[in-house]
This record gives sequence, C-alpha cells and structure tokens, in this order.
Amino acid sequence: MAVIVYIESQDGVIKKAGLEVASYGRSIADDQGLKLIGVGFNIKDIQVLELYGLDQLYNIDTQGDSYFDVERYSSNISSIVDKENTSIVIVSASADGRYLGPILSAKIDAAYISNVVELPSKYEPLSVKRSCFTNKAFNETQSEKKLTVISLSSNSFGLKEKLGTMEVLNETYAVSSSSLKVSSLDKASDKVSIADADIVVSGGRGLKGPENWHLIEDLAEVLGAATACSKPVSDMGWRSHSEHVGQTGKPVASNLYIAIGVSGAIQHLAGINSSKVKVVINSDPEAPFFKAADYGIVGDAFEVIPKLTEKLKARKL
Amino acid sequence: MNILVCISNVPDTTSKINFKDNNTIFDTQGVQFIINPNDEFGLTRAIWLQQKLGAKVTVVTVGDSSCEPILRKCLAIGADQAIRIDVKPQDGFQVASCLASLCEKTKYDLIITGRESIDYNGGMVGGILATILKIPYLANCIQLELDGSNLNLQREIDGGKENLTASLPIVIGAQKGLVEEKDLIIPNMRGIMQARQKPLEILSPANTTCFTLVQNFEKPAEKGPVKLVDAEDIDGLIDLLENEAKVL
Ligand SMILES: Cc1cc2nc3c(=O)[nH]c(=O)nc-3n(C[C@H](O)[C@H](O)[C@H](O)COP(=O)(O)OP(=O)(O)OC[C@H]3O[C@@H](n4cnc5c(N)ncnc54)[C@H](O)[C@@H]3O)c2cc1C
Ligand SMILES: Nc1ncnc2c1ncn2[C@@H]1O[C@H](COP(=O)(O)O)[C@@H](O)[C@H]1O
Repeated sequence: MAVIVYIESQDGVIKKAGLEVASYGRSIADDQGLKLIGVGFNIKDIQVLELYGLDQLYNIDTQGDSYFDVERYSSNISSIVDKENTSIVIVSASADGRYLGPILSAKIDAAYISNVVELPSKYEPLSVKRSCFTNKAFNETQSEKKLTVISLSSNSFGLKEKLGTMEVLNETYAVSSSSLKVSSLDKASDKVSIADADIVVSGGRGLKGPENWHLIEDLAEVLGAATACSKPVSDMGWRSHSEHVGQTGKPVASNLYIAIGVSGAIQHLAGINSSKVKVVINSDPEAPFFKAADYGIVGDAFEVIPKLTEKLKARKL
Repeated sequence: MNILVCISNVPDTTSKINFKDNNTIFDTQGVQFIINPNDEFGLTRAIWLQQKLGAKVTVVTVGDSSCEPILRKCLAIGADQAIRIDVKPQDGFQVASCLASLCEKTKYDLIITGRESIDYNGGMVGGILATILKIPYLANCIQLELDGSNLNLQREIDGGKENLTASLPIVIGAQKGLVEEKDLIIPNMRGIMQARQKPLEILSPANTTCFTLVQNFEKPAEKGPVKLVDAEDIDGLIDLLENEAKVL
C-alpha cells in the first residue's frame, strides 16, 4: 500500500509546498507502514527529495509544455494511484493544489478533504482535523471511502527531513481531450507571492493612499516578505485585488503576519488567523486587531515603519 | 444560451460561529444567511451575459426550505428562474452529484460555481461537478469573455495570472475579479416584485451519498493578550520576534 504526494515545482525547482506535503506524507507512511511515492512534473532538483524520505518518485517529462495542465496532471496521478494500491493522496493548498485535488478525487472515486491542519487522528476510517468557516472553527472529518485525497493547509505541518534512498521512475505524460488550454502566463515578476511567503506585510486604509505604499514595500523587501492589503484598499484601487486578503480574499497562513493601519475587522481576521505570529501597528489602541495579535505597537505607521525598516536593514548587514 | 449559477447559502461574514448538541451541529440561531460572496460575483457576470446576449440564467441551490430567501434574492437581482434541490447539504460530493444529475437532464452551456463557499470552505463542488460531467473546470476564474462558443479566460495563480482558452460547455469557479465589488447588483423594488412571479422549482435529490462525515466542531483556543511594545522601542519588537517568537 502507498501514500502518494503531488510534488509541486516551478521551472524545475521544487516548491516549499511540495516539500511540506512530502514531510507530511512521510509521517503518515511511517505511522501506517506504507510506501511514500511522489509524483512530479519536470523536476530538475530531484535529489532534494531524498532528504524528505520519498521511496519513489515518478518524474514525468511534459515534453516542453511548462504550464500546469489540470486535466493531464490529474490523469497521470490517477493512473499511478490505480497502479500502486493507494490509500491516501496528498496535495498542497496552493492555487494549483486546490485546483487539482477535487478533480483528481472525482477521477479516482476518493473522498476529498481540504484545509487539513494536522496528521490524521485515526485511520480506517481515516479521520482528520480541518479548518472551516474561514478559520473561525475546525472540524473533525471522517472519510467514508477507502481512498482519500487530502489538501494540506500551508505551514500547518512544516518541513521535516528524513534521509532515505529514492528510486526514480518514469511515466508517459497523459493526453487530454479537454478544450481548456493555457495560452500564456502573466507572472508578477520576481515578487514573493502571498501563498509562498513565510512573512506577509499587509497595509490597510490607515496608510492613507497608494502613494505611501513604498513604506510597505520597503519593509517587505528587507524581510523577504510578500505584500498584502485589506479589502477596501483593493476596492479603492490603491492595490491590485490579488493582494486582498481575508475571508473573501486570499487566505494567509504565513509564519509572521504584520498588519499596519488595518483595523482588524472580523472578515479580515478570518482570512489571516491561521498565521502563526501576528503583529499589529495601529495608532488606535482600541483597534480590534490588538485582540487578535501576539505583538503590537500603538503608534503612527508613518513614524514606525521607516524605523522598523532601517533597524531590520542594519541588522542584516 | 443557458447559464446555471450554483448558489451556496452561507452565514453572513460578520457572524459569530457557534455550535450546539455537544459541538456536532452549527448553531444557526441568530445567524443571518447570505448568497456566498464568490457566487454573487458569478451571478453578476451571468446577468451581464443575459443583458448582452439574452442568455437565460437559472440559479440552483442544494438545501432545505430555509434557503429560499436567498434564491428569491437571486431572482430579484435578475435570474430568470430558480431551482432548489431539496436535501440538507452535508458533503461536497453529495452536492456535486445532485447538481450533476440536474445538468444531465437540462443542457447548460455555462455552469458557474464560486471558488469556494465561506462556510465549509471545501473549494470542491465545481471541480467535482465538472469531472462528473466530463467537461472542463476553471478554478479561481477572474475573467471570462465569450466569442461565439469560444472563451477567453483568466485564472488567478499564486503570484500572477494564467490566460486560457476553451469552448463551451465549461464549469468555472468565480471570485472577485470576474466582476468587481462595485458591479454587484442591489435589487430594486421592481426586481423584488418581479421575483415573486418567477418560477422556483423544487426537485428531489437524485443521490444523497456522502463521501465524508463531519464528526464534530471545535473553536480555536482563546489566545493570550497581545504583548505591547513602545513605539520608541523598535529594537524590543525585533528582539521579541527574533528570540521569543522565532520568526525572523
Ligand atoms: C461581505 C464582506 C466581506 C468582507 N471581506 C473582507 C476581506 O476579505 N478582507 C478584508 O480585509 N476586509 C473585508 N471586509 C471589510 C471589513 O469589514 C473592513 O471594512 C475592512 O477590513 C477594513 O479595512 P481597513 O482595516 O484597511 O480599514 P479601516 O477599518 O478604515 O481601518 C484603518 C485602520 O488604520 C488605523 N490608522 C489610521 N491612521 C493610522 C496611522 N497613521 N498609523 C497607524 N494606523 C492608522 C486606524 O486606527 C484604523 O484601525 C468585508 C466586508 C464585507 C461586508
Ligand atoms: N448547497 C449548495 N448548493 C448549490 N451550490 C453549492 C452548494 N454548496 C456549494 N455550492 C457551489 O459550489 C461552490 C464551491 O463550494 P464548496 O466546494 O462548498 O467550497 C460554491 O461557491 C457554490 O457555487
């Protein structure tokens, strides 16, 4: 029996989300005495995966097609699932992972459980804790099927190394008759994305206007962080809506979330609550964010941010 | 052109979430229900296609009679007809298979779901529905332009956007970006009056099999009070983040 993990990569380089599902999969495989099999596409740095305890890796060559193709990827994974007598398949919570998971589960007649935040509490039947109501609660969900696809929440398990030896296998890239085809990609250059970031720096209406966002960007840059914003900030067009985080925006599950000039409305907090450590900088000591944060400074963003950025810069030198 | 918009009935975004019966059931007492925000973006896009191309817009929800007010609201916004599949939704697979049997009976060219519902956050119904119907699904859809039966689409990905093409039929997962907040339609008196005359059909579910079972709920642990640092003591904050929280 086997556990299968989808190892995500970009331009041939394995993403952190890929290593996190490998770590999580290794733990389950050890608990259950199962084999851990990875499935990836065009991975160049395969040796990294030996550090995360994969027993086998199917590294599928897509013949120069570099776009994520949900139809072909899910077909490939589903035929490996059939071949390997699988009980659990794990994908990440990235945009691609969450796209792939439900489609794959329908193809292989599996239960699908998303937003999973812990190792299963029991097996046969499998039962696991997931977050729901946009992080306002958790539930324990039991699979009613022999096969289960899990989508693991970002940063909920972390990276755990376990040295092993790995066999690399090949498989032909699946064909697709779907009319849906990717034609091009607009990548926001070299910026860290909210989903991949360990640290997120977020600005709210307290920043007063788009012309002041260099403060947020400079701070994010010294921290190697992604930038985010509250909903009104993107609604007013100060920032692109891809930065909008919260219940109706992107979810954030970073290690550190720094909120500046954000009041901490319930809809904002819901989407960022699963971040490990939250810092708030706000001029109003009554702002609701102080109730949700771990650390806080009551102060004027325009004075505090430049100082913080300078100090962090000096510390790096 | 026939458009189906799948509507999930969810607690208002400001709701406090509580559970009852030994934490096994979501306590709806005092909770206001709304159209799932992602579905409302999708519905608005559908109404634009209705206005431009004369498309017929049907809204559907899988749920008991308590979901009817939001279906009426969808009709007041401009949908032509509503369908309620009469079963309490318990799992994304169950919902998707109920929707699939509807789509097997009536041919819809475009099926709109939301990226995810803000209650159970499965993010699964659209992808499963499309796979059962053997048609493509586009998640996180932020643009949909129709040229005959050809589509130009955009998907939001981590750190960017992807441009795609497809042909009908298709299922999409709508989200903000497909239309903007300011585009949302607030029903007027005329819409509300007309909605009363529009058909709301109730169907029995074809299949009620669930693939998962929610056993119980739990609220996050109360967190301790915030540690305040003086605005003059930036070094103190950096020290705490580095040595206590260990996040730098
Ligand atoms: C259906 C629905 C869904 C929603 N979904 C989301 C969502 O997903 N995400 C989201 O963010 N919001 C969401 N909202 C909106 C939410 O209710 C709040 O309105 C929003 O989060 C407030 O944004 P803000 O904190 O930037 O602005 P404000 O509430 O205006 O807060 C600005 C803060 O900045 C502080 N400030 C002002 N000047 C300074 C200064 N010089 N230095 C430091 N601090 C300063 C103020 O004290 C204040 O606390 C939603 C609302 C609805 C109705
Ligand atoms: N009970 C339901 N009835 C109709 N559509 C639903 C229902 N639940 C979910 N959906 C649709 O599926 C989308 C994704 O929901 P979910 O998979 O629950 O996150 C929602 O945005 C709706 O469009």
